[in-house]
Amino acid sequence: MYEKYLEKSASFYPEYPRKSGNQSVTHYCPGCGHGIAHKYIAEALDDLKLTERTVLISPVGCSVFAYYYFDVGNLQAAHGRAPAVATGIKRINPHSIVISYQGDGDLAAIGGDEIIHAANRGERLTVFFVNNAIYGMTGGQMAPTTLVGQQTTTSPRGRNIHNEGYPIRMCELISALEAPVYVERVSLHSPGARAKARKAIRKALENQVQGKGFSFVEILAQCPTGWKVSAPDSLKWIEEKMLPYYPVQVFRDKSAEAEGWAPPDVAYSDADVLQLIELPLEDEAAPAARPKVPEQYRNPRIKIAGFGGQGVLLLGVAMAQLGMMEGYNVSWLPSYGPEMRGGTAHCHVNISDTPIGSPLVSASTVCVAFNKPSLEKFEKEMARGGLLIYNTSMIDIQPTRKDVEWLPIPASEIASQMGNIRFANMVVLGAFIQKTGLINMETAIKGLPAFIKAKKLIAENVKALENGAAFVRGELKI
Amino acid sequence: MPRELIKGNEAVVKAAILAGCQAYFGYPITPASEIAEAAAKYFPLVGRTFIQAESEIASIQMVYGAAGGGVRVMTASSGPGISLKQEGISYCAGAELPCVIADIMRGGPGLGNIAPEQSDYHQVVKGGGHGNYRCIVLAPNSAQEMCDLTIKAFDLADQYRTPVYVVTDGYIGQMMEQVNFPTAVQHPKRHDWGVHGDDATRKNLINSIYLDPDELEEHNRKLQKKYAEIERKEVLVDEYRTRDAELLVIGYGIISRILRTTVDLAREQGIKVGLLRPVTLWPFPAKRIQKLCERVQAIQVVELSNGQMVEDVRLAVEGRKPVKFYGRMGGSVPSAQELLGVIRKL
Ligand SMILES: Cc1ncc(C[n+]2csc(CCOP(=O)(O)OP(=O)(O)O)c2C)c(N)n1
Ligand code: SF4
Repeated sequence: MYEKYLEKSASFYPEYPRKSGNQSVTHYCPGCGHGIAHKYIAEALDDLKLTERTVLISPVGCSVFAYYYFDVGNLQAAHGRAPAVATGIKRINPHSIVISYQGDGDLAAIGGDEIIHAANRGERLTVFFVNNAIYGMTGGQMAPTTLVGQQTTTSPRGRNIHNEGYPIRMCELISALEAPVYVERVSLHSPGARAKARKAIRKALENQVQGKGFSFVEILAQCPTGWKVSAPDSLKWIEEKMLPYYPVQVFRDKSAEAEGWAPPDVAYSDADVLQLIELPLEDEAAPAARPKVPEQYRNPRIKIAGFGGQGVLLLGVAMAQLGMMEGYNVSWLPSYGPEMRGGTAHCHVNISDTPIGSPLVSASTVCVAFNKPSLEKFEKEMARGGLLIYNTSMIDIQPTRKDVEWLPIPASEIASQMGNIRFANMVVLGAFIQKTGLINMETAIKGLPAFIKAKKLIAENVKALENGAAFVRGELKI
Repeated sequence: MPRELIKGNEAVVKAAILAGCQAYFGYPITPASEIAEAAAKYFPLVGRTFIQAESEIASIQMVYGAAGGGVRVMTASSGPGISLKQEGISYCAGAELPCVIADIMRGGPGLGNIAPEQSDYHQVVKGGGHGNYRCIVLAPNSAQEMCDLTIKAFDLADQYRTPVYVVTDGYIGQMMEQVNFPTAVQHPKRHDWGVHGDDATRKNLINSIYLDPDELEEHNRKLQKKYAEIERKEVLVDEYRTRDAELLVIGYGIISRILRTTVDLAREQGIKVGLLRPVTLWPFPAKRIQKLCERVQAIQVVELSNGQMVEDVRLAVEGRKPVKFYGRMGGSVPSAQELLGVIRKL
């Protein structure tokens, strides 16, 4: 049943120790196209002196055991995923030569997505696609490349275009993409065709040596067992049945123009890494002594709410950031996702002397309402004795809770008078700081750049803080 | 020590870089997207690889490829994406490839919603994909732990050559807290068994096929032995006020944070309750729960699910004490007060 197909190229193991049974013959059927394709690849690796740095990805299909034969680094991949596996290992071994070797079920059916996207990213890979128009491994079922009318075990009456559609032409599809550098279809049916196949395999590997991007060679190959024909007849089968539908030609060849590329090999010191990921090494100075905080403002559980765009989430981040700088435990939890789109946004902030349990604020001790719906919604859930800060510029009603402290502030108007309504949140922050004494104003001014990223806006935001504080002190009339 | 007010999701990425993670392969999904976004920002800046893959199926296979090269590598997603990754995770387990997978859980089944749930417990803790395997599952409940446990995940993955999950819910991923980052940047040596694309590692094979039933059984036995060792050595648990507890509450992730407040509220009312939080969901702290069973009268499990972890609690308790379950689903997160009501009924 087995045939000794692989002549001993140096890129092959002399015997096949990974294989069970007879270790001097391959597991392929007599006359199988895979053996020939293997041989041409091994010869090319020898001649181009690539054996040592080649990594072969074996697919799922009859060539699942390609790693029995190739004396190169080997990874065996899940069905159809070889291009993704190849991407992963090529990216971390850019100097290596990575080959994704796949059958038609593997590449064109279950792995359709992976191959298209590896090609589209222009991965610096070489893909050998063995098209035998059938699922060999699993016993001759229909492949996406099975020809119209071809009988298989799952198209027993022949492939019917109304039920199964047409055979897929992968070279044509891949060459519709921008990135691939080289796309060619070759065949194994005649000596002349095989000579071309040999050349194409070499070229696809050379391109990778030169860092030239994605190269794809489709090999029309015989599966005498699956087709239920003799080995000699299988060659005729390719010629008569496959060639008319799968033209053998070059679909894309930018090999000459394409520029070689490899990722830059730069070494980063540990200090560089910390700097680049924005983890500055120097310790912050110990926080200045905090002002004495009146009992009712200690360990606040804060709910902040308003329209999206009113800076609700940012105000929460600012409170947490400054709280952290003052040495408190802090947490900030946003409403996220669709909750935020268009409608209202809110966030939960805790600033505490002790470790924070639940970051969710249900009975808030500080509630900040930027608009009417927020006041109506969140005032209700406040704890007795809490502090209710509300933006009178946007709220034309009075709170209903008589058991909480009110701090009305025309935050949007104060901000507008400064020339930008968006400062309203910093006005409120200034008011909060003044009112509660939880945070030093100097800390707030120092901490501003942590959450106001635009440098040119810092000075105005400081002014907004000061205006908010001045309003609470009764020094700012509006 | 660098200190930052940072989202849990972003802390994962900085921690991964500090741990020497060389590559991130992912696909966006709320509420895990900040991980992909921060990785896209920082990984290339420090010469590491970031790819937004075409799918979660592909991204975990890229992880398989890079892990096969012997380097530290990670991916992240949420429920629907984790479902797709199960194929690749099974292959990683089978081929004994270390990698880290962050799962920021959201509401399910199906598309569900993006609010926090803990309904991926079964698929991450019980194996998820095909075959006889387990993954180590770490369950942070703060931004600080998102950092610390991510680093630990890489260490465990390497030590045991196995995939390790960092699993939490949308709230812990989205929440900002102070994180004290380590200053050490790790430079893990590339594994000798990896395929480095050079002559020295040319004979290496990354593979999960064992055609012969005896060989596959032997391979499975080896995996089981490794899992038994992990169960012996790697259990992590956190407890709060359990010393004199008569009642025990159990929860992880955001629920453990809420329960901590509930325990304080209950104690103020004279109810002697303590909290046990599994930090490793697998290996599960069954022994510790058994030990506490000797003292406590009843156990209350709270989850953002239909009751998945509670099955493991019941397996540990073996009927010695009553085990009650309270769950919320769909993204509704109970308040500390609500859970106080649950405890009072115990
Ligand atoms: C996820 C998954 N589905 C199905 C299979 C079963 N399977 C193994 S090989 C194969 C078809 C392979 O056909 P092809 O890629 O054409 O390769 P050939 O055997 O013809 O060389 C299938 C369906 C599998 N291993 N994994
Ligand atoms: S079934 Fe076909 S593809 Fe598979 S080994 Fe036999 S001839 Fe080759």
